[in-house]
Amino acid sequence: MANITIDGQTIEVADGTTILQAARMIGPEVAPPTMCYYSKLKTSGGYCRTCLVEVSKGSEKDPRPMPKLVASCRTAVMDGMEVKNITSAKVIEARKSVVEFLLINHPLDCPICDQAGECHLQDLGYEHGSAKTRTDFERRTFEKIDIGPKIQLHMTRCILCFRCVKVAEQITDGRVHGVMNRGDVSEISTYIEQAIDNDFSGNIIDVCPVGALTDKTFRFKSRVWFTKPMNAHRNCDKCSGKAVIWYKGDDVARVTGRKDQWGEVEEFICNTCRFDKKLTSDWTIEGPKEISHQSVISANHYPANMVKPRELTLNNIKPITLIAGEIK
Amino acid sequence: MIQLTSRSKVVVDKKMSFKEKLYLPAIAKGMAITFMHMFKKAATLRYPEIKREFAPVYRGMHVLKRDEEGRENCTACGLCAVACPAEAIIIDGAERQKGEEHLYREEKYAAKYEINMLRCIFCGLCEEACPKDAIYLTDRIVESSYTRNSFIFGKDLLVEKMDDRIDISKRKKEYHID
Repeated sequence: MANITIDGQTIEVADGTTILQAARMIGPEVAPPTMCYYSKLKTSGGYCRTCLVEVSKGSEKDPRPMPKLVASCRTAVMDGMEVKNITSAKVIEARKSVVEFLLINHPLDCPICDQAGECHLQDLGYEHGSAKTRTDFERRTFEKIDIGPKIQLHMTRCILCFRCVKVAEQITDGRVHGVMNRGDVSEISTYIEQAIDNDFSGNIIDVCPVGALTDKTFRFKSRVWFTKPMNAHRNCDKCSGKAVIWYKGDDVARVTGRKDQWGEVEEFICNTCRFDKKLTSDWTIEGPKEISHQSVISANHYPANMVKPRELTLNNIKPITLIAGEIK
Repeated sequence: MIQLTSRSKVVVDKKMSFKEKLYLPAIAKGMAITFMHMFKKAATLRYPEIKREFAPVYRGMHVLKRDEEGRENCTACGLCAVACPAEAIIIDGAERQKGEEHLYREEKYAAKYEINMLRCIFCGLCEEACPKDAIYLTDRIVESSYTRNSFIFGKDLLVEKMDDRIDISKRKKEYHID
């Protein structure tokens, strides 16, 4: 076991835990943002650099600080380690630059993009970025590619997080999907637009932190904040069948996996559930999905009981929940 | 008691004199005031022949703008609808097909754009939210009508006509980000 202090909060974790996992155990206030790390996918992380943290004390035995900022998703904890995340000016500065780098080639076509409203890069840019770019160069552009009949790849929006590649590698059998070329010409490819036939290939849509991989059956159907998410399940022989169905009016506009507070799906769902079951009669509805009050999805005219109540947290004080009465 | 106005008169229940009972001097006085007004400038205008000039910040009927080449600016991003406090706007997006590049500026466009003018409170938040310079409130007045349905304005009424462009240069705001 190792004791680790992150932003002044101490927690005891098992050896081999990464700083990021330890920070997530403490809570969302100290957890660094992630764009490429995905706890459900092995070997993910280490590409995007958004989770950089400052280690101000290496360990109990060797208390020297680490010379450079480290990627918290790939650095294991040591006993007595002290980590600074948002309390470090260096980290804030570095994260701002990382966002600027991620946005150098990003087209910023959010008004068109189907991911807008639940896009991790949007959130990251809003919280840590600056409103201006300093680059004068042309952004790289690609043609849209159809990966199979149900998934569309907008390579221009891709930030090369490799999550979809890890899904293709680990969740589906036989990878027909990888990253080609190097440096700023690298791109996600299916080896000459080969369709992904695997039953779980649709999960690359859910893991994509930006709008690079989108559901073609939902393309331009609605903005996410006009749809109402419901937790629902069905008997499925391929997957757990636990999903979120997004209603537009009385119609199911799309089906996605259930995402936790880190934006990661709890369980991967199969393509049948995702693309083919778009009737209310296919599903057993459990109830409305909780929406964070910070999300734009909650901004759109929700009954008060559907929006997660505001939580106040101060260093070591346990979350105080302000319960909002139902507004009729 | 504090006097609210200097023109208030104390009403007294006294008997009128003979001169007052005749009413003739009072009528003459009243007619003189009426006659005097014939030489004063009229407070009203002969609308709709003559229209009063509105302040540049006046918020009237909306317009959906086209760019210089006549393509619609709106890309159905839905920010106006989510900003609208009265929930007056309904949008449906659609994908631009090949051959429609001269009609719509971006690859997505608003297939349906409806504003319920009875719901609208003309606050201008849609204009503020628009990232594409597409919607503006103008100095035009929403005309009255007898049926509720006729107040739901679709794209046929909102999108500006190419031969009748609407000048919104006075309403355009410059934002500076540092």
